Amino acid sequence: MKYLSEYRNLEETKKVLDEIHKITTREWNIMEICGGQTHSLVKNGILELLPEKVRMIHGPGCPVCVTPLNLIDKAIELLEQGVIVCSFGDMIRVPGSKKSLLETKALGGDLRILYSPIEAISIAKKNPDKEVVFFAVGFETTAPANALSVLHAEKEGITNYSILASHVLVPPAMEAILDDKFCTINAFLGAGHVCAIMGTKEYYPLVSKYKIPIVVTGFEPLDLVQGIYIAVKQLEEGKYELANQYSRIVKEEGNIAAIDVINKIFEIGNREWRGIGEIPNSGYVIKEAYRKYDAEEKFNISTIKVPENPNCIAGEILRGIKKPNQCDQFGKTCKPSNPLGAPMVSSEGACAAYYHFSTNLID
Amino acid sequence: MDIENIGFETINLGHGSGGELTRNLLDKIIFKTFSNPYLDQKHDGSIVKIEGEVAISTDSFVITPIFFKGGNIGELAVHGTVNDVAMCGAIPKYLSLAFIIEEGLKVSEFIEIVQSIKKAADESGVLIITGDTKVVERGKGDKIFINTTGFGQVHPKANISVHNIKEGDKIIVNGFIAQHGMAIMSEREGLEFESTIESDSTNLNFLVNDLLDVFGDKIKLFRDPTRGGIGTVLHEIANDINKGVFLKEAIIPLEKQVAAACEMLGLDPMYVANEGVFLVVVDPSVENEVLNVMRNHKKGKNAAIIGEITNEHPNKVVMESLIGGKRIVSPLVGEQLPRIC
Repeated sequence: MKYLSEYRNLEETKKVLDEIHKITTREWNIMEICGGQTHSLVKNGILELLPEKVRMIHGPGCPVCVTPLNLIDKAIELLEQGVIVCSFGDMIRVPGSKKSLLETKALGGDLRILYSPIEAISIAKKNPDKEVVFFAVGFETTAPANALSVLHAEKEGITNYSILASHVLVPPAMEAILDDKFCTINAFLGAGHVCAIMGTKEYYPLVSKYKIPIVVTGFEPLDLVQGIYIAVKQLEEGKYELANQYSRIVKEEGNIAAIDVINKIFEIGNREWRGIGEIPNSGYVIKEAYRKYDAEEKFNISTIKVPENPNCIAGEILRGIKKPNQCDQFGKTCKPSNPLGAPMVSSEGACAAYYHFSTNLID
Repeated sequence: MDIENIGFETINLGHGSGGELTRNLLDKIIFKTFSNPYLDQKHDGSIVKIEGEVAISTDSFVITPIFFKGGNIGELAVHGTVNDVAMCGAIPKYLSLAFIIEEGLKVSEFIEIVQSIKKAADESGVLIITGDTKVVERGKGDKIFINTTGFGQVHPKANISVHNIKEGDKIIVNGFIAQHGMAIMSEREGLEFESTIESDSTNLNFLVNDLLDVFGDKIKLFRDPTRGGIGTVLHEIANDINKGVFLKEAIIPLEKQVAAACEMLGLDPMYVANEGVFLVVVDPSVENEVLNVMRNHKKGKNAAIIGEITNEHPNKVVMESLIGGKRIVSPLVGEQLPRIC
C-alpha cells in the first residue's frame, strides 16, 4: 500500500503544482473523465491549488450517474417480483422514477450489496428456489467481473442467475462530448482504471482526429497533478499526443485475459446514457448465445420506460457544460438526502463531490 | 465463572414468558453473574443513592454480527453507555440491562455475552442494578438486542457544555479512528476480507475522570464519535456553536491497515464508527498538558491535537488535506455505501 504515502506526498505534489504554475501562460480547459478522479481532485483540495487559468471540467465517468433511469426502475420491478437483486453499494440510493432500491428493500425486497458479482453466484447456489439478478452497471472496468459471473454460472449449470446489464464505454462518450457544439475542452485526463483493462490503443484515433492531448491518469493526488502537468505542457507547446501517467498500472495492450472474457459474453451495441441520451456503439450488450443470462429477456421487463426529472441538469453536468454549483437546484432542492438526479448520490458523482468536499461552499 | 447447565441449548419463547423458564434463565445466568446487594433483592426495580447532580444516558445495541474481532455485543452495550455517561463529565455508577432475544439464540452464546457484560462492567466500575429479558419469535429480531441505561455522578469540577467553547480552543482525539467500524465491516456477510483489525471497544471513564480531576473547567466538551464517525460529530459541534472547525488530515491518528481497508472498500474513515475514541475540546492554555496526561494513560497513548475552533467558516468543518489543499467535511447523510470501482 505504498501509494498511500508516495502518491499523497506533500512535497512531491507541491513540486509538480509549482511546475504547472510556471509553464501555464494561457487558459486551458481539461476534462477528467472519471468520477473517481473528480472526487480525488475535490477531496484533496487540488482545484484551488491549480493556476486560475487551468480549469478542470468534470466528465461523465460516473457509472451510477449514466445508468438510465428506466434501468433502475427495472431493478426495482425485479425486487418487487421477489427476485434477489444484488448490486454495487452506491447504486442503491439513486432515485428511480418513484423510489430507490434502498426504499424498495425497506418495503420487503431482498436486496444484497456486493463488492463482486462472483458472490452473486454463491447466493444463487444457496437459493436454488429463487431467481438472483446482478445489477451489472459500470464502464469497461467492471465488465470483466460481470462477464466472468455469467461464465461461472454457465460452467456450474446455474440456471437461476442472470444479469441486468448496462455497460457503457469511455471512447464513444469522449467522442460525443467533443462533437457537442458547446464543447470547450482542450485536453483529457484518461480514466486510469478503464485503461488498465482496455489498454491505451483505442485512444490514438481520438488524439489524431480531434488533435487533442489525452493523458491516461491515476487517482491519487500526485497522479492527478502529474497528469495535469503533462496535459498543460503539451497544450503550451502546441502538441497533441497520447501519454500514460499511470504506467505503473496501465499497459498499452491492457489486460488481455480480461478483454477475452468481456468478448466472450458481450458485443458492442447502442446504449442509452442517463442525461446524455443514446450514443451509437457506446456500450456492451449480451451476445445472442448468452441471452438466457440477460435479465431483461428473462423477466420481460424491457418495455419499462420513464421520463427524467425536468429540473435536473445532469446531462449538462455530465458533458462538462455546467459545473454542479451553477445549477439552480444545487444544495437547495437537490441534496444528497433528497437528490433530483444521480450525480448528487453516487460517490463518484460531480454534484456529490462538490456538495461534500468543495470549499467553494464555505461562505 | 461457572454457569450450570440450564437444560436448554437454545432460548425459546418460554424463556420470556415470565414463568418458571424465565426464572430459571434469570437465576442461573443473570442473577448469578451480576450478583450485588441491589440486584439480589430481585425487586421490580432498585433504589440507589447518588450524590449531587446525576447524568443519565441510554442506548440500544443492535449490531450484526454479534461476535466480532475484539469484542461482542455484550461489552459494547456496557462500554457504549458507560462512555456516554462519562462524556457528560460524570462518573458512571450503575447500569440497567435489558435484553430482547430472538428465539433460537444458543444458550452458550447468551452466556458468553452475559460474561462479557460482567467483565466490562467490572472493568468500568459499574454495577448492573436492574434489568429485563424478553424473547421474540424467530424473524422478529436479529439474535439479540440489548438496551442499557447508565447513571453517573457528575464530577464536581466538571462544566461540560458545547456553549463554553470559544475560538482558539483545541480539539484532541485520544487515539486511532475508524477501528471499530472497519472491524465490523470486515466480518459483514458478503464483505468478508482478511484483516487483523480489531474493534477498539473500551471504557473511557477513568481517563475522562483523570482529565476532569486535573483540568476541571478548562475541559469544554467530551464527545464520543460512535455512529457517523468524527466527521459527523465535529460537524454537529460546529453547527451547535455557530463557529468553524479546522482540522489537519495529516495529524488525525489512522492506523495503516485501517486506512488501507477504507481505501479498498471506498469508505472515508472520517465517517466510520468508533467505540473507544473520544474527542476533547480544551482551552488552548492547557492543550499540551492535556495531551501529556492522555498519552500517559493506556486509553490515550496515541492522542493527538487534530484541530481547533475558529470564527472563520461558521457551521463548517474544513480540513487541510495531506497535500495542503482544503476540503469541507460534511455530515454523513445515510449509511456509507461501497463504491462501484
